[in-house]
Amino acid sequence: MSGHEHAGAPAHPHHPPPRGPDGYEADPTRHHPPGPDLEDAPLAHHQVMQMAVTSLLIEKGIFSADDMRAQIERMDALTPARGARLVARAWSDDGFRRRLLADSKAAATELGMDIGPVPILVMENTPDTHNLVVCTLCSCYPRFLLGIPPDWYKSRSYRSRAVREPRRVLTEFGTEIDSERRIRVHDSTADMRYMVLPMRPSGTEGMSEEALADLVTRDSLIGVTEPHAG
Amino acid sequence: MTGAAAKFAPGDRVRVLAHFPPGHIRTPWYCRGRTGEIERICGRFRNPEQLAYGHRDADREVLYRVGFASRALWPDHKGGKHDRVEIEIYEHWLEPMPGDAT
Repeated sequence: MSGHEHAGAPAHPHHPPPRGPDGYEADPTRHHPPGPDLEDAPLAHHQVMQMAVTSLLIEKGIFSADDMRAQIERMDALTPARGARLVARAWSDDGFRRRLLADSKAAATELGMDIGPVPILVMENTPDTHNLVVCTLCSCYPRFLLGIPPDWYKSRSYRSRAVREPRRVLTEFGTEIDSERRIRVHDSTADMRYMVLPMRPSGTEGMSEEALADLVTRDSLIGVTEPHAG
Repeated sequence: MTGAAAKFAPGDRVRVLAHFPPGHIRTPWYCRGRTGEIERICGRFRNPEQLAYGHRDADREVLYRVGFASRALWPDHKGGKHDRVEIEIYEHWLEPMPGDAT
């Protein structure tokens, strides 16, 4: 070793490396060797194009940087709780349920809710039929109603298998659909978007709309699960 | 622009063209050449195959929802016998079934 410290030995053996408040060494690379990070890679073609178009639109005064920020903030604020509210009302008011199935945009307006410019078809689960939503071509999702889709919804595995073998996919989500019950898979390929209206679970008689809405999860609005009481 | 009346009505049996052109296509590969039934007319929308290439005045085309028995899409399908897949398909991708009146 000819006088050199061998690789990996502390440079100053009498001064242990500084530690952060959590007790770990302050230099994270000692525990987590630097790995590749998406943002370390050079910008891809479409990233550059997006930045260029954004700067041009702002420069030309089509919209301001704050308009863009505010729109992102608005989109990020949309959550599946909005869909749950519609479902809870439909479970509580049969007239509303029928109006929601016929024209979701008009029905949502009754609750003071704007579900955006893209038509959303509400598909009702019944004792005979279970509905499941997918977009095999990309990741179409009722964003103006429910916000951004879960990552798995955009995965190639879900997109290809939900149409091909929906029952196996549902089993992986912990959902068993009786073999006598028909499964309708809705492939969101063009200008419609979809939300499932799940069946009201038994044991929820007399519950308030607010309490009912708490039972309705995002995944049940996509159709990979069914809501349960409690 | 409203265009001609819709060519198909709910309940009509239709076949999806077995065409495989390059470019931006919204008709999924797995239903091409398969037979289904019009579930509903969604309305008229600008043809995304033209919009994708910057044609802002793309034709307004009739968009349908077409229902397929899963077994018609995949003969080896192992799900329930009534399981189905419903897909949004533009009119120019659909042809009447031979022998059916339209």
